[in-house]
Amino acid sequence: MSVSADASPARSDFSDGLRAIAPLVIAAFPIALVFGALAAQKGLSPFETMLMSGVVFAGGSQFVAIDFWASPVPWVAITVSALLVNIRHVLMSASLGAKTRQMGFGWQLIAFGFLADEVWALSEHRAQKQGTSFAFMMGLAVPFYVNWLVMTGVGASLGTLLADLDPAKWGFDFAFPAIFIGLIMGFWQGNKTAMILAASGLAAIACKAFVPGAWYIAAGAVAGVLVAAMLADPKSYEA
Amino acid sequence: MDAFFQTDPLTLLAILGMGVATYLTRISGLILVRYVDLKGRTRAALEAVPVAVLMSVIAPTVLATGPAETGAAVVTMLAAFRLPLLGVVAIGVVLVALFRAALGML
Repeated sequence: MSVSADASPARSDFSDGLRAIAPLVIAAFPIALVFGALAAQKGLSPFETMLMSGVVFAGGSQFVAIDFWASPVPWVAITVSALLVNIRHVLMSASLGAKTRQMGFGWQLIAFGFLADEVWALSEHRAQKQGTSFAFMMGLAVPFYVNWLVMTGVGASLGTLLADLDPAKWGFDFAFPAIFIGLIMGFWQGNKTAMILAASGLAAIACKAFVPGAWYIAAGAVAGVLVAAMLADPKSYEA
Repeated sequence: MDAFFQTDPLTLLAILGMGVATYLTRISGLILVRYVDLKGRTRAALEAVPVAVLMSVIAPTVLATGPAETGAAVVTMLAAFRLPLLGVVAIGVVLVALFRAALGML
């Protein structure tokens, strides 16, 4: 059981979430603008762009979809690609789901609809120490969601004006890997973690080199999870 | 304003499909763990998910893109042992920009 639900009020959990997500909201700014501009170049109106951001709220799969957007819109292929790019969420929601049962299943169904990578990662980080509540997840999700919605709309409205905007020039594109590195180190447990990292890293890089699409994330995740299962002493994991 | 709100039926269908697909992936793990008994190797595997997924997402970017990204990643990793998350992100962003600029000048 987590202590946070009882020991700290929802309001402070919510503001903890706001504080945790703030740097990532800033880092997502130019990325959202670029997405909007790319969508506009493919002929999506600002309204359609914002609708996609609001309904899907998954940056990776949105970039992939825009990449092979065409006329007429290949909606079946786009739906399937969203499923493949986001298949990692199955593992992510299983892991976080087991740690947030105190939230109640109904609240989980709502909160997990906002499970962008960043929201998930910070929720896992929090769950290690004090438990992740619904209020905390909303503190993460609300600003990140509003920012993504509004800034992709702005990007689409400015459209081709932003074609030259390059997040890489200022290193903003690296904010995401950097926070992931920071989070990985938060889970560090010595050699066991090193073995999992090696398995996942090698499998992901090898897969990306030979298989087109986003399969590398699933391949790396499965490799790391299998290594963890093999290394484990089952007796030490009895509930 | 017409251009702003212009919509195409197939576009709406694609957006709806993406949204449903994404939501299903986000709740299916949640439903899965309600019916699986979490102990032994299953639990060890599930506990490794955060590290395994985080690494898989970033490995191609940080380890197989170029020296600027790999260099910044190594320093960021070392910084993560001592600094809070915000400092870690700031260091990563600044370093990768500096390394890219430096490599660009060579």
